[in-house]
Amino acid sequence: MMTPLRITPARLGDSFVAQVEQISSQRILACYQCGNCSAGCPMSDHMDVLPNQIIRMVQLGMREQLLASKAIWACVSCMTCNSRCPKNVRIAEVIEAVREIVLRTNERRDCLPIAELSPETLAALPPIALISSMRKLTS
Amino acid sequence: MKLSYYPGCTLKSHARNFDESTVASMARLGVEVKELDRWNCCGTVHGLASDDLMHRMAPITNLIRVKEESANAFMTSCAMCYNTLKRANQAVRADADALSTINDFLSLENTKYTGDVEVLHLLEILRDQVGFEKITSLVKRPLKGLRVACYYGCLLVRPESVAIDDVENPTVMEKLVTALGATPVRFPLKTECCGAYHTVGQPELIADRTNRILGNAYDGAADVVVVSCPLCAYNLDHRQQEARRIYSDFHPLPVLYFTQLMSIALGCDNAVLCFDLHHVDPQPALAGLGLV
Ligand code: SF4
Ligand code: SF4
Repeated sequence: MMTPLRITPARLGDSFVAQVEQISSQRILACYQCGNCSAGCPMSDHMDVLPNQIIRMVQLGMREQLLASKAIWACVSCMTCNSRCPKNVRIAEVIEAVREIVLRTNERRDCLPIAELSPETLAALPPIALISSMRKLTS
Repeated sequence: MKLSYYPGCTLKSHARNFDESTVASMARLGVEVKELDRWNCCGTVHGLASDDLMHRMAPITNLIRVKEESANAFMTSCAMCYNTLKRANQAVRADADALSTINDFLSLENTKYTGDVEVLHLLEILRDQVGFEKITSLVKRPLKGLRVACYYGCLLVRPESVAIDDVENPTVMEKLVTALGATPVRFPLKTECCGAYHTVGQPELIADRTNRILGNAYDGAADVVVVSCPLCAYNLDHRQQEARRIYSDFHPLPVLYFTQLMSIALGCDNAVLCFDLHHVDPQPALAGLGLV
């Protein structure tokens, strides 16, 4: 039996897609899934979904799966993907937008165990590390 | 030549070796580095969300301080401060509405920011204003025989709009260490990310990055690695402790700021090197060549 395949633009007006596009100022549909961003990503070993898959999930409006992924927190905004995307999609900005959507809720889903760090560890870490991690991983 | 200088928080604490060697080596080059009377944290990372004006306030306040000291340009040697300050500057220059909102928010300031301050990295000053030939002419102790892996990481070369050199294959630090008499080595991972702030919550992840990056420098037969960012320095130097524990074939390598190599070559007082702040002591590698 043939399975009907329906191609529909229904997701394009999805509010999640619109929200990510607005926060990131990127045109999500420009991505044609070449995979260049994932190929050079230094954090890909530590990601459950790869950067090109993150973009694809935004295109498809997969809000809940993406907001629950580990990968959005693994990305360190190193900009390697941005500098290599043939379609000039700024992937790092898109991932930041997804993180922001989590951090802007009032659920305080912070991704940094600051309270668990010992005073010795905190004293050893330079301010540049502490401030940037809190900026990126906490609301 | 006189230069306004923004050191940044980490150069005044964990990376005093970077701060002191910057000031001392520039003096040897005839450049008076004048630290801004007032400055605040740059915020360390540039907010990537287009509507995130709040995190532009800290960098823009610093640009106001520069104006208040009647300067139209300033220099920082920290790659992270450079990146954050420069990107905030570019963002407000490109968006008049954002700039006016920021000025309104900072209404208690006596000076308005109008996008008229230039943010420069020390390596740009050395290349474009001092010149490598002049640097060579002032070398007192050539770094002969020292094999150096020049590590750029992310912030000096990405995004392209703030890159001080070629995005994929920068060479400005190689030219500098050559001017000091050292030998730069082949180092393909020189712009590979060190893992940055994940050092706080995931030291093993950084140990993995450090193992790969320093392994690559070791393959190039480097004696030392030079950097321009205190976060890269912390990760590549201090996280060698974890790397050594996890990877049995890991080879320790000393990590220095490029300004420390300048200080040695230009004959500055060894006290500015502050080697006590390092995890892997650079002295054996340097002493072997008669440099300390
Ligand atoms: S590099 Fe650009 S076009 Fe290619 S998959 Fe990544 S975002 Fe899409
Ligand atoms: S910015 Fe994020 S997704 Fe892009 S290469 Fe770097 S870590 Fe990977």
